[in-house]
Amino acid sequence: MIDLRSVSFRYRQDWVLQDISLRIERGEFIGVIGPNGSGKSTLLKILCRLLSPQKGEILLEITSLSEMSQREIARKIAVVPQEAYSLFPFRVIEMVLMGRSPYLGHLMFEGARDFEIAKKAMDWTETLSISERFIDELSGGERKRVFIARALAQEPEVILLDEPTANLDIHHQIDFLNLILNLNREKGLTIAMASHDLNIASEYCDRLILLKGGRIYKMGPPREVITRENIEEVYGCKVWVDENPISGMPRITLLKKEERSIEARKRD
Amino acid sequence: MKILTLKKVLTISLLLTLLLILVVLLSVMVGSVRVDPVRSISILLQSLLGLTGTETEMERTIILSLRFPRVLLAGLVGAGLSVSGVIFQALLRNPLADPYILGVSSGSAVGAIIAIFLGLSALSFGLPLASFAGALITIGLVFYFGKQEGKIHPNILLLAGVITGSFLSAIIMFFLSISQKEELHTIIFWLMGDFSFANPRAIGIILPYIVAGFLILYWKSRHLNLILSGEESALQLGVDVERLKIVSYLCASLITAASVSLCGLIGFVGLIIPHSARLLFGPDHRLLLPASALIGASFLIASDTFARTILAPVELPVGVITAAFGGPFFIYLLRKRKVVKTL
Repeated sequence: MIDLRSVSFRYRQDWVLQDISLRIERGEFIGVIGPNGSGKSTLLKILCRLLSPQKGEILLEITSLSEMSQREIARKIAVVPQEAYSLFPFRVIEMVLMGRSPYLGHLMFEGARDFEIAKKAMDWTETLSISERFIDELSGGERKRVFIARALAQEPEVILLDEPTANLDIHHQIDFLNLILNLNREKGLTIAMASHDLNIASEYCDRLILLKGGRIYKMGPPREVITRENIEEVYGCKVWVDENPISGMPRITLLKKEERSIEARKRD
Repeated sequence: MKILTLKKVLTISLLLTLLLILVVLLSVMVGSVRVDPVRSISILLQSLLGLTGTETEMERTIILSLRFPRVLLAGLVGAGLSVSGVIFQALLRNPLADPYILGVSSGSAVGAIIAIFLGLSALSFGLPLASFAGALITIGLVFYFGKQEGKIHPNILLLAGVITGSFLSAIIMFFLSISQKEELHTIIFWLMGDFSFANPRAIGIILPYIVAGFLILYWKSRHLNLILSGEESALQLGVDVERLKIVSYLCASLITAASVSLCGLIGFVGLIIPHSARLLFGPDHRLLLPASALIGASFLIASDTFARTILAPVELPVGVITAAFGGPFFIYLLRKRKVVKTL
């Protein structure tokens, strides 16, 4: 689906991403993890050409991303922003209809078909009941759903999410992730998500990319990536890794200073 | 679920146009010589059709040579400043932005004042041309200062504009402090905004700028909606953001320059009309742009009519009226916290 070939990117001086090569397969749920400043957000921005890499090439199917127009990309790849506000607030339905933009010409108004697509997207994300509310009156969780609806209205094949669970309580985190998982499993959408929450990444993603200083440190299924050695090496802090007793996926526990000696004893 | 349709835009525009026509007719009627409504309308219609009727020559002169051109100019300027205000608020992501925020007004003021000093204002287009030139030079400078790595950053552009404006204000102050009495009067009226400068033929010269600017901005109106939620968000939805910004800033600046060149710095229109129109019709630019233009035209025509009749035979600068109405009204909107909820 998306093929990165030794991609490097820098803003001014230092390389933020270096020599990244990876393939994202169609229908995959991929997670990008790594410490602050490791290049997670930059990688996502490069995937939808908000930024263009100085070196390397990105192929969407067989076309190079650099040869596509922004509109063409927007029909294939949608982004759910971390947080977006509008200076002058729109209603939810207007916001979702903006997702139809890549299909509309200048001076065009959204037609019946666009409206149907937007309605379906709102049905999926359970935002139909709040369609007439203003975007700035919604709770964080509701707003996230609206942006998913807008992304779905783009009828994309890939959805990119940057820190989707930031600022959400655990109930809304789970709700939101289950919604994303549904889109992945039932609609076959390819998902790439950058996250700080390693446990969530471990539970939901098929494959993880662990970044360190702009390079891929480790890539593979959660069991191979989320190990005590990898995490301690990349994040530079002590953790305890065991198995989630329900799912059997790796689970991380953060350790306080005084717990480290206990951890060492337990490990022996 | 209500969504914006072409039909809704056309209906509202039509209603606001009817309101505008009503305001035009009322304004043409009143003044030191009252011309009754039926005669006013018939004079206007006759001139459109190239006929002559029973009305006196004096009435015809008052309506066709004095009042109608003035009303037309006020309408054009009101529409121009309102549209330009909408654009600056959207692009600079700042609810307090108005058409003058990037210093275009100070530039045109310096141009106008220099023209007044050199006696160019005696020539038929001396003052407007000098003011327009001053505005264009300022636009050029502000964009040169405000660009970084070939891109326009709203905050940097805003700073560049405000600083350039302050510098030009110093020049204005300098000229004010050394000017003689008769020049001072002209300058102050120009700074407050005044339609008695209006030269009927000049309307034809600024009309193309304002109309073309509006059409180009309307062409981009849907994309302007997307940029309200941020530049990245717009880019990701397929908008060529850098081009959109350059085109919109230039159009809005040119509209402002053309508007103020004939009548000076009329304040508040470009700030309160965009906000009022947004409260009435929402933030979608496909409706907001025509609605602001039409409301702005009606508002400025009405204000100018007040300005020339309220203390007749003394004429006030129209800027006094727009500020007197606009200021309190804007405070009212702010108090109700309706203008921007995040403020």
